[in-house]
Amino acid sequence: MRGYEFINHTADLGIRVSGPSLEELFENAAWAMFDLIVDLDTVEVRDEATIRIRGGEREELLADWLRDLLYRYNGHEYLLKEFRIEKISPRGLKARVRGEKLDMSRHSLKREIKAVTYHDLEIRKLNREWQAQIIFDI
Amino acid sequence: MPEEYRLKKIDDYRWEIPKSEGMRVPGLLYTDEKMLKVLETDRTPLQVKNVAYLPGIVNYSLAMPDMHWGYGFPIGGVAATDPEEGGVISPGGIGYDINCGVRLLRTNLTLPDIKDRLHNLLAGLFSNIPCGVGSTSSLRLSSRELKTVLRDGAKWAVKRSYGQEDDLERTEDYGAMPGADPEKVSQKALKRGTNQLGTLGSGNHFLEIDLVEKIYLPEIAEVFGLEEGQIAVAIHSGSRGLGYQVCDDYLAVMRQAIEKYKISLPDRQLSCAPLSSPEGQDYFAAMASAANFAWTNRQVMTHWTREVIQRVLGISPKALGMRLVYDVCHNIGKFELHSWDGKKKRLLVHRKGATRAFPAHHPQVPGVYREVGQPVLVPGDMGTNSYVMVGTKLAMEQTWGSTCHGAGRVMSRSKAKKAARGRALEKELEERGILVMAKGWATVAEEMPEAYKDVNEVVRIVEKAGLSRKVAKLRPLGVIKG
Repeated sequence: MRGYEFINHTADLGIRVSGPSLEELFENAAWAMFDLIVDLDTVEVRDEATIRIRGGEREELLADWLRDLLYRYNGHEYLLKEFRIEKISPRGLKARVRGEKLDMSRHSLKREIKAVTYHDLEIRKLNREWQAQIIFDI
Repeated sequence: MPEEYRLKKIDDYRWEIPKSEGMRVPGLLYTDEKMLKVLETDRTPLQVKNVAYLPGIVNYSLAMPDMHWGYGFPIGGVAATDPEEGGVISPGGIGYDINCGVRLLRTNLTLPDIKDRLHNLLAGLFSNIPCGVGSTSSLRLSSRELKTVLRDGAKWAVKRSYGQEDDLERTEDYGAMPGADPEKVSQKALKRGTNQLGTLGSGNHFLEIDLVEKIYLPEIAEVFGLEEGQIAVAIHSGSRGLGYQVCDDYLAVMRQAIEKYKISLPDRQLSCAPLSSPEGQDYFAAMASAANFAWTNRQVMTHWTREVIQRVLGISPKALGMRLVYDVCHNIGKFELHSWDGKKKRLLVHRKGATRAFPAHHPQVPGVYREVGQPVLVPGDMGTNSYVMVGTKLAMEQTWGSTCHGAGRVMSRSKAKKAARGRALEKELEERGILVMAKGWATVAEEMPEAYKDVNEVVRIVEKAGLSRKVAKLRPLGVIKG
């Protein structure tokens, strides 16, 4: 399931994402972030990159994962739409991500995301589902 | 993690959150009965309480009348820390958009001079000032030049003919904050700065053509260069991607620092380091650099605005008389001298969505305004008014010379979007006499008037509480947004 829902936050933009495993939770969170930035239907898969993030606790790993991806857009103009977590452990994660370079003539940008905040950042396991709440500064 | 707080009414415009376990000082909210009801439905008061946990915080964790729910600090939060008492600096208490701020320019024009040309003026500004998501500047800076901007701030712009000498005198800190060190800014942040100098951005940022609708304090308005019926221009923007990256980089540093210095906090977003630590000092130097970038950014856009208006109306700079009234920052941390504990003390004042409001005779108020006090610029939403206010002695005594920074949101962005669905906001605003040009209409929906508190109410509370006085009321005629 690729959905995410908005949570009510006055100043910024909060979302709740879920996934049947921690891996998929991380993948879905990344997808949601790029879905907030751009109309993903306009993005094609042309390039691929491998990402390694060194771990801390789960919430911090999620923040670092999203911060890394956000900088790939904000700093290097890469729009990403496919995410595969290959490995996730207390020591960190390894992932492959795919997308393409920003092209203003084809890509329909929706909004600027300034940052991934740590405020109310939370990962929980409910029954058999993993859930996370993330607030972006926009 | 304690979730509760108590509120104790002090007078009609102040509520205290008494000190409880973990808090180093009490909280103090400047609001009224009606607005407090709204605040109690979200978590703003809890955030005021959380800020009171910061090591070295003195007197109160304060919240200005436009306060609303943020992350870490509330928006509208003010906190001073004492470096001699283990005081900390918290990037979350300054915000991602370091030195997000507003400047107001007065002109010699009146409504009849531009009435028939408003569309052309706005179109000219819209095409000459890059705005919207993904927009970049026509200015490209080498890494050496960018570092000069970070060190010298708006002075760099004036030296490069993007402005006039007296612009600097009318900019907070003369457009260059002391203590900036570009070497403390990461390569990532520098990279984001190379093509964004002179860009408005998106979200709540705007460039606005205003009409001075009403003057409340004529003697002070005259010193500010404002009169009824006059046309003015307001620019609201910040340090763009460079500033966001500085905050993001140092929040990660602070995450480690709180463990190193054994600081216990109720919210990770409040992560901080002692002002005396290398982490704290590096962040301050990087933050000041980003602040200088923001002042230069607004200065460059000021120059382009002057050029466009002169060209569209075919008038000389002298006939236009577009002089800066003032430029204030409202996301910043500054070392300032304040009376505390019977002495003059150097404190670090965090202002997160709050404006400095120094009174008459304060040595940091520029000479031209020394006799009347510092101009305070309070933008409203795009459908209502903006205000020019002036700093007071009482604010100096109670809030470290701070006041509100705008209207403050009441509606989440997703809610605003829903409320705007099926409505022609552009038309609605036009019917109210406000022309809007925007790159993204989704932004306009998120920023629509109902999403904000009524600025008139906020300003009324500010004045009743004595934090600043109304000098002039402005009404938007034309707005460009990202």
